Formats: sequence, structure tokens, C-alpha cells
Amino acid sequence: MMTFSRALMRVSLAAAVAAGTLTLAVPLDAATLHRGNGAEPETLDPQKSTGVPEAHIARDTFEGLVAEAADGKLIPGVAERWDIAEDGTTYTFHLRRNAKWSNGDPVTAQDFVYSYRRILDPKTASKYAFMLWPLKNGEAVNKGQVADLAQIGATAKDEHTLVLTLERPTPYLIGSLAHKSAYPVSRKAIEAHGDRWTRPGNFVGNGAYVLREWTPQSHIKLVKSPTYHGAAGVKIDEVMFYPTEDIAAEYKRYRAGELDMTNEIPPDQIEAARAATPAETKISPYFGTYYFAFNVTAAPFKDNVKLRQALSLAIDREMLTERVTRAGEVPAYSWVPPGTANYQNVYAPAKDMKQAERDALAKKLFAESGAPKGLEVEFLYNTHDLHRRIAIAVASIWDEKLGVKIKLVNKEWKVYLDDSSEKKFQMRRAGWIGDYNDANTFVELLKSDIGKQNPAGWANAKYDELMRKATAMTNLAERAKVMSEAERIMLEEAPIAPIYYYVKKSMVKPHVKGWVANVMDVHPTRWLSIEK
Amino acid sequence: MLTYAIKRLFGAIPTLLILVTIAFFLIRLAPGGPFDDEREIPAEIKANLERVYHLDEPLIQQFGRYVLALAQGDFGPSFKYKDYTVTELIWGGFPVSLRIGGIAILLAIAIGAGLGTLAALRQNSRLDYTVMGFAMTGIAIPNFVMAPLLTLVLGVHLKLLPAGGWGGGAVRNMILPIVALALPHIAYISRLMRGSMVEVLRSNYIRTARAKGLPERLTILRHALRAALLPVVSYLGPATAGIITGSVVIEQIFGIPGIGRYFVQGALNRDYTLVLGVVVFYGVLIVLFNLLVDLLYGLLDPKVRYD
Repeated sequence: MMTFSRALMRVSLAAAVAAGTLTLAVPLDAATLHRGNGAEPETLDPQKSTGVPEAHIARDTFEGLVAEAADGKLIPGVAERWDIAEDGTTYTFHLRRNAKWSNGDPVTAQDFVYSYRRILDPKTASKYAFMLWPLKNGEAVNKGQVADLAQIGATAKDEHTLVLTLERPTPYLIGSLAHKSAYPVSRKAIEAHGDRWTRPGNFVGNGAYVLREWTPQSHIKLVKSPTYHGAAGVKIDEVMFYPTEDIAAEYKRYRAGELDMTNEIPPDQIEAARAATPAETKISPYFGTYYFAFNVTAAPFKDNVKLRQALSLAIDREMLTERVTRAGEVPAYSWVPPGTANYQNVYAPAKDMKQAERDALAKKLFAESGAPKGLEVEFLYNTHDLHRRIAIAVASIWDEKLGVKIKLVNKEWKVYLDDSSEKKFQMRRAGWIGDYNDANTFVELLKSDIGKQNPAGWANAKYDELMRKATAMTNLAERAKVMSEAERIMLEEAPIAPIYYYVKKSMVKPHVKGWVANVMDVHPTRWLSIEK
Repeated sequence: MLTYAIKRLFGAIPTLLILVTIAFFLIRLAPGGPFDDEREIPAEIKANLERVYHLDEPLIQQFGRYVLALAQGDFGPSFKYKDYTVTELIWGGFPVSLRIGGIAILLAIAIGAGLGTLAALRQNSRLDYTVMGFAMTGIAIPNFVMAPLLTLVLGVHLKLLPAGGWGGGAVRNMILPIVALALPHIAYISRLMRGSMVEVLRSNYIRTARAKGLPERLTILRHALRAALLPVVSYLGPATAGIITGSVVIEQIFGIPGIGRYFVQGALNRDYTLVLGVVVFYGVLIVLFNLLVDLLYGLLDPKVRYD
């Protein structure tokens, strides 16, 4: 019996220990950049994708008329230069002659015409087609009101001259053309492979890199494109994008040396990261605002500006960012984040007050609002640890200062979105990250005719009128003033309470050179290099 | 036995049909849809999308369309991962889940059954308590604690193994996920095995075998083990189907491209076709493994016959 037991024990132990013998991690290849990229991309078709992970990949595999420098500033892309007609509705782009697709074909003005017709075609069902709505008939074609795609305001004067005609002056057009929805796509690849054109082997792009491998949920491998016009300046040979939805796991892989760049830093690790690796811990302003929205279509916030103002004033934003969020977020007293292009920032008067003054004013306004003592309000947020902590902190502040009782309601993301859109909430948290660097991407959200997208269900005739006026203006400085005036009205009416401006948190290894923090968080690999 | 198996397989068709029906309508009851996002798209664009994916049709028509396609083996396109069909996603991820899960469950059987037997043979000894203490800990510590711990210690600090990633299926990338997957099963199986072995060892026919003077090794291997394995085998049916269809926790923590995450992500994204696809696939596997368990019973237990 003893011998048999011993034999059994030996087998069990051997099986358990076997794992331990096959070890040793392999060092990273110097010419390859390993990037944590958040979620698995929905699609590599730039005209069908919507998210940030997709944008990082598309920025490497495609190039629009305009492109982005290492610091996020707009620079010429496929277009060498462009002329804008006096009335602001005709743009003529002169394309560089050495722009090539990854299959060697030249990138022509006709390619852009094809691409813009494709994204606006209702049959393509592109979510971000509205980015091209400023083009003449763009909106009408996309909505199915005009069937003829040739009516779209994009024409090729010759191989290298593209003319875009617009419905009305659109001062942010150049900025929006750097968005992935305005990248050219290869007609040849799409007609040859249909929906499978984004697969390795079928894929044709015009960016600095070309798709080599794609294993969903594992990695995407890009290799340097020899046909790219700027190939001589591209230093990194291969880029690996990994889906890293679990940010704690991503951070571990970074620490283990498997990733050169992360997409995020887990909130509970920020302080440790800052202490241990200050130079690698990159925290910088991001193009977005975290805010609370009041549902102004129903009681108690309908027609009660004072109540909304009182609640907004009572929130101790400095305390929230210092003690709760703790990643260097900046308290927000405006909707449009500072540093936005073509804009003149305005702030709520509370910005220059001390919290004690804000509290006194909040109490006064609350008393005047006619809201009952012990008012009960539901606060909606999508299930997430940070949102929960912020909500708890603010709820206790409101209870303490104003006697307002908050009932916290957390819902799963899609349910939260549905409730928000249908205005089935009293108050909720929300966030907004701009799509392109122009104030319009923020201020347009509060127009009354934007529909369910309006975060508070707010409608203000003066605001709408100013926005209409701004839309028609070509003088950027004048337009900025008009939009600022609109924001000032909105801040006073307080349908939303801005809480803080987002910061982007990521880790970058010291051997990655050329990485520049920027508000749009764009880091095209073509500007990066690895020096060990 | 063959006719029995064939009969069982045909009998599974209505079961699967009921499963598809319930899953199809249940996921549609959830608020929100596949195309809802923070950036709410204009109604006309949403309509374009719904037309392309036939979501504008009456629900019952969509159901008919789905079942017809399913009968031809077509799971439809994924709403979220637009470049892939659900079939491609499942067949792309299943080999990975099968490999990791298959090895983990084999490891769990070998180690679990071994440890369980050992503990039973040395009942109430220090060894028994050690093994069972280990098993209790294994059952009590959930995967989402064990997996990050393993990566932190072996990946980040000792740098013996990768902290994550699939590496195209390299052995060193598979070790930690397999260990993390196998541990709770090792624990459970060893407890099951110990219990049944203790009972079997007290039975009359074991006493008879010993009385005949049969060597202990033969008594255990030839007589006791077969009977003692029965509860383990019933556990293994659903456990195997579960483990080879992946685990969302393990896949996300180790960055493994299996299909486990599609159950959760598919539901969260309202990726209707993807959820249905993995549910049907899982349903088929459950049916198959339950059948396999019953057939194995016929082999192990002389009292069970299928003629």
C-alpha cells in the first residue's frame, strides 16, 4: 500500500510541477512597438468604425487629406496644400503626386470622391457618416432624400485636384477631415473582396503601415509600408496592437516588459506608478468633460434654474479631483475644455469663488428655488467603480449642505444609454470626448434640434439662434465670440453641471522616443522610434 | 449503444430549438440595442444600420430568418465585430479555448483523481488533511483573484512566464492560464474522488478482493477506481463543456483569444447574433458531453446497459 501511495503521489506532483520547467520570457524585439490598445477593434474599415482603439490603428494604416503631427497639430496629409474660396463653401485640395496605396497604385482625387460617396451611401450604413454631412447634398444622400451619389459635393478636377463644395461655410472642416471617417478607402480592394477587404492579404491602405496579421482578441500586426510617401522617415518596422480591456492586466504586462505603451493606468495604481516610474507615467489633459446632466423636461428640474444652480454650486470639485478621482483631473467650470481650437473659453462665475462662498450662494438659491427641504432625487450612473465613488461623495455633499437626499441608481451601460436617451432619469453622470478639435463638437450638443442626443433635454431659443449664427460665419475669431456667448447662456441656465476635465493616463517606456502628450491623444507610430 | 446514441442526438433537436427561441427573445427584451453609443447617432443613420441588419423587420420575421439560416449552419454577421461573421468568430476562438480548457481538464482529472485517491487511502492522516485543506482553498479562491496573483508573482516579479498575451499559442503563454483554469477543478475533483473512494473502500466487494489476497495495487486500480470514478464522471460532463468554451475572466486577464468572452461581451454589446451563436454552440456541447457521460457510465458501471 505504501509503495502504491507513493507512486500516486509522485505522478500527481510530477504533473503539477511540469508547468514550472517550461519557462523564460523572451525579450522584446527592438524594431517592434507593442501597444496596448484598449478594446478589440469593431472593424478596420475606417468608414464603419467609431471608437478610439480603431482610430489608433486607422491613423497608422490610412492617411486623410490632412494628417496629425506628433503633437496632434494638423499638418498636410495626402493634400499638399488647399485653397478656400472667399465664401467658405469651396475647398480645393492639391494632392501630393507621390501618395501611393500599399498595392503601389497612386492615391488620386477620384479615390476621395469614391470614398466620400461610399460613406454617405445609406447602403454602407456608416455610423459616422454625419461627419461628411457638411458636403453639398451629403446629408440628403445619407438620409435617402437624394438617390444620386454624384450629387455629393466632392469632385475630381483632375487626378491631383479635389474640389469639395459645402452646403454652408464649415470652419471646422479641415479639422474634421483628419478624422478617420474622411480617410480614403481603396475601391480596388473593396470591389475585389467585399466585406472581407479588411483581412490581412486583402487589405489595402495608404498609411505608413499596412496590415499583416489579425487574430481577433489577440493582436493586430502592422508592418511598415514601403509605398508610403514618408516611408524614409518611418523608424519603427512593426507595430503590434493588443486588445487590453482589462486595464489591471494591461498594466501588469507593461511592468513585465511585454508592452511599450499602455492605453490606460488603473486608478488604484496611479500613485504607485508616479512614485516608482515618474518619467513613464504620462498624465495630460484630454479633450473631454465629465459632467452631471439634469433632466430639464420633468420635475423637479424643469423650469427651476435656481435649484440646478444650487446643486451645481454645492459640488466641491476641488475636493472631488483631489480626494476621489486623484489622477490630476482639473475641476471644470465650463463645458468646452480649455485649449480647444477656434474658441475663446468662458467659465461660470463660480470658478473665481471660494467653496465657502459657493456654498453660501447655493443655500440661498436653494431656499429661493421653492424646492422642499429633504427633496429626494434619483441619480443615474452606469455601473463603474469611479462613477459610483463620485456619486456617493456628491450625494453626501448635497445631503450635508442642502438636505437633498439622493437615491443612487446604477445600470448596465446599454440600459443607462437607453434611459439617458429617453430622458428616463432625474439626474445622471455623463462624459463627452470631442471628435475633432473645434468647439463645435461640444457646443452643438446642447442645441435643441440635435434631438435625443441633447444630454439634458434642454432647449433655449437664444442659444439655438447663436449656434445658427455661428454655423454661417467664416471669420473664426468672430465665430468664437458667438459660440462663447452661447456657452455663457448655457452655463447660467445650468442644464448640466461640468465636474472636471478628463485627463489621459498612460504608461510609455523610456526607450520609446518621439511620444508627445496632446489633448486629442493622437500618437501616430510614424513619429515614434525605439532607442535602447 | 449506437442506436441509443443516435436516438439521443435526434432527441436533442427540439431541446436546442427551445433554447434558441428563449435566447432569441430574451436578449431582445434587454433595453438598448447594438447601435447605441455615447455618441448617439442621428435617427436616419440608425435606420440605415437597422435596414442593413434587418432589424427593421417585425421580430417574428427576424426570428424566422434566423432559424432558417441557422438550419443551414449560418450564424449571421456580428453586429459589433463588423468584419467577421459569428461563425468565423466562434471557429477562430474555439480551438484556443479547446486547447487551454482541454489540457486544464485533463490535468484536473489526473491530479484531482490522484490526490483524492491518495487522501482516501490515508484517511484522516496528515496527508489527507493537507490535501483536503488545499482543495478547500482552491474551491474558495475565485479565478479572478488567483489569475492576477499568478501573473503578478510569476510574470511581473519573477519574470519566469509572460504576464499575458497569447503569443500565437506558445507553450509558455499557455501555462499560467491552464494552471488558473485547472486549479478549482483539481480542488473539486479531489474532494469528489476522496468522498467516493472512502465509500467504495468500505464496500463488500473490496473486502472480498482483499480477503482473496489480491495485491492492494490491483484492488485499487481494477476494482475501487472504476466505481469511485462515477461521481467524477457525472461532474466532468458539464464541467468539460464549460471549460472548453472558455472563461471570460481567464481570457481577459491573460489576453487569450478564446470564445469565453463572447458570452459576456456579446450580451453587454447587445450583439444579438453573437450571443445566440455562442449559446447554441454551448448548448450543442452540453448535449454531446452529457451523452458521452452516459455512455461512459455504461462502460464503468456494470449495472448500466444501453441495449
